[in-house]
Amino acid sequence: MNTRLDNDARPVLRDAIHAEWTKLRTVPGMLWLVVAAIVLTIGLGVVADSSVTCPSTGCEVDTARTSFTGIILGQAIIAVLAVLTIGAEYNSGMIRTSITATPQRLTGLLAKAVVVGGVVLGTAVVSVVGSLFAGRLILPAKGLTAANGSALPALTDTTMLRATLFTILYLCLVALLSLGIAYAVRDSVAAIGIVLGLLYLFPIVAQVISNPTWHKRLERLGPMTSGLAAQTTKNIAAQPITPWHGIGVVALWAMGALLAGGAVLRRKDA
Amino acid sequence: MTTNSGASTVPPAPYRSQVEPGRDGFLQLVRSEWTKLRTVRGWMIGMAVAGLITMLFGILGPLGSGAACNSSNPHGCSAIQPPTLGPDGEPVTDELSFVHKDVSGDGTITARLDSMTGYYAPANGPADSLADLSKSLDPWARAGIIVKAGTTPGAPYVAVVATGANGVRMESNFTTSTQASQGAATGSAISSATPQWLRLSRTGDSFTGYESSDGVHWTAIGTETVAGIPSSAQAGMLASTPDHGSTTYLFGGSSVDSSSALLVAQFDDVAFTGDWSGGAFAAPPTLNQDNGPAPGAALFQNTYTQTGGTFSVTGTGDIAPAIAAASDDTKSIEDGLIGTFAGLIALIVVATMFIASEYRSGLIRTTLSATPRRGAVLAAKSLVIGTVTFAVGLVAAGIAVPLVKSMETGDGIFVLPTSTATELRVIVGTALLLALVAVFATAVGTLLRRGAGAVALVIALVILPYVLAVASVLPAGTSQWLLRLTPAAGFAVQQSLQEYPDYAQVTSAYVPAAGYYPLSPWAGLAVTFAFTAAALGLAAYVLRRRDA
Repeated sequence: MNTRLDNDARPVLRDAIHAEWTKLRTVPGMLWLVVAAIVLTIGLGVVADSSVTCPSTGCEVDTARTSFTGIILGQAIIAVLAVLTIGAEYNSGMIRTSITATPQRLTGLLAKAVVVGGVVLGTAVVSVVGSLFAGRLILPAKGLTAANGSALPALTDTTMLRATLFTILYLCLVALLSLGIAYAVRDSVAAIGIVLGLLYLFPIVAQVISNPTWHKRLERLGPMTSGLAAQTTKNIAAQPITPWHGIGVVALWAMGALLAGGAVLRRKDA
Repeated sequence: MTTNSGASTVPPAPYRSQVEPGRDGFLQLVRSEWTKLRTVRGWMIGMAVAGLITMLFGILGPLGSGAACNSSNPHGCSAIQPPTLGPDGEPVTDELSFVHKDVSGDGTITARLDSMTGYYAPANGPADSLADLSKSLDPWARAGIIVKAGTTPGAPYVAVVATGANGVRMESNFTTSTQASQGAATGSAISSATPQWLRLSRTGDSFTGYESSDGVHWTAIGTETVAGIPSSAQAGMLASTPDHGSTTYLFGGSSVDSSSALLVAQFDDVAFTGDWSGGAFAAPPTLNQDNGPAPGAALFQNTYTQTGGTFSVTGTGDIAPAIAAASDDTKSIEDGLIGTFAGLIALIVVATMFIASEYRSGLIRTTLSATPRRGAVLAAKSLVIGTVTFAVGLVAAGIAVPLVKSMETGDGIFVLPTSTATELRVIVGTALLLALVAVFATAVGTLLRRGAGAVALVIALVILPYVLAVASVLPAGTSQWLLRLTPAAGFAVQQSLQEYPDYAQVTSAYVPAAGYYPLSPWAGLAVTFAFTAAALGLAAYVLRRRDA
């Protein structure tokens, strides 16, 4: 009697997701990466919160972005986490087992994207809410109070809500971008180098481009510069890109990377 | 037992290698590591990519800026103004109200300063007369006497000035400023009841500054030899005050919170003696480039009025070294090396794989069987990766720096002049930085034995602090500490911009975002070296104690 036959009607995707979840949660390093991402994000946020000053006459500090400074560091850990979920499979040869178990390779990729996205979503929610909490505790003591109109807005404020949700979304998109690149280059070390290079390159290179048109173009093009513009709550017109377009750029990067990763996965022998 | 007739009964000698024994000498070890490195095609490509992106991003700068010169700038290249340069070729700010007259030969100028009053324009209010302005004396407002080669901005000078809150000072040529041990500590303490007497006398190229509270008992501040001021020069009174406010660098940009400021200084008993007596003051006072369209621009003019022997001098501006980054049309040679950190990421990946892949494939066991002296293996690996990355860095920086410089010059951008020694230090220092970080990555790879973790850790320790500090994500203070305490400190070796610690108002703008590192070039590189040495020592210890 073949039990497998009975279960053939079961959706492949659900099985694949279950398998990916098991793989992810049983690797001991993953939990540490999640913890590190949360701690470092909130930690750098606390450092940034503590180093802001504001005179009593008020200032132009974007308190939401100050609180979310830690994302710049946390995204690196998230990227490593996402890359390792598939890079480690290529490095150890586990990928051959995975593909044998789920021959529909793109379904496997989709399942991994769902699981990684879900784990990162959870991590991002904790990091972002923690950063906000830290900002609410620290910033008023640094002179950023409601009295001078510089307080961290409440979550009921639509711009603030958008900044918060987009920051969470940004981290998920960075994870998908990393996952796609790891599928495309099939090596964790090279993938981490590429992802971190891609993220940190644009803000630095934009610094040397003195031509305002090109400066703006680069900042719009870069996943980190455009993605972080989505956190803005103050003086949005001065940003290189609007929040909605900014998060759109990151989404395009993530989609492009996943498509490239999917193409490589389909065409190449594992 | 049968044997072939005629054949020797002696069995054939076993094969002996013709190669000399002793193949585990250090040189052979280095050769084997070099073979391992060069035969992996991906790593060699990685090295080449590292060199290329180090150069390419530097070239992007003048390419992007060149477009500014052609299209978006309606005035074309000719509108690009070179910065004001001081006598030593450094960028300076030379804005002052200068009530001057022709003097020649040796002489002395003496003046009594009766008051210094500072004003600044309120944020949104009117600024039509002094009554509309808020009162505030900038710590670096200056009023005093000066001898200057001419009225061209940037001309050499020697001055004795009272400042807003930095005492009486003798200053020369934008880079030297000595505070007198006595004299009014703050400009607001000066009044007609407690005046500040100032004196500056010239003998050839030797200038001596004095200060006095009563005009009778004089205290010498110092004697300086300043070349470049011809015998026929300009001498007189000056007044200047920097803009009220400050610049903050945060979250990828700089915000300037400032408003125009004005200083009114009252002088009396102005006396020119020696060869300098006689002659009339030229009018109006000159030397102020700070004349942008500001509210109440008419008010913020350099003027003076004379009533009998009393002069009331009104001035704006600053006389100090300038920050190169403040101008888009001014670049320094290290701008050609902006891609270093990107190339470094590729090098970190290769350098980590160089050891981590041995652990992954199990080759490490073969390596350590062939050479049981494990410390020597690590030394050979470090030597090979260090030398190769040094060569890559030397070629990349050696091409990028002169190439970008000539491209920028061609685009009409002013590149700050540097000595050949500085240029060499920037190029060789960049190569050394790459080599140190690569060896650091190999050591971390040995410690962790996992490529992914090691790459992420090294990037987090070397690249991330640099990005956070230089892209002005973090406030200046935090950025400076990052560039003191992390391996990213080594990027300081690329700084060619000069700092002048005598000028506290400028020092506050010496921030990483403007290209100024908190440590001196070699001290910064020493921090990176210390990290590398520590990681290498730890890796050697762990490698010997641990099973492969």
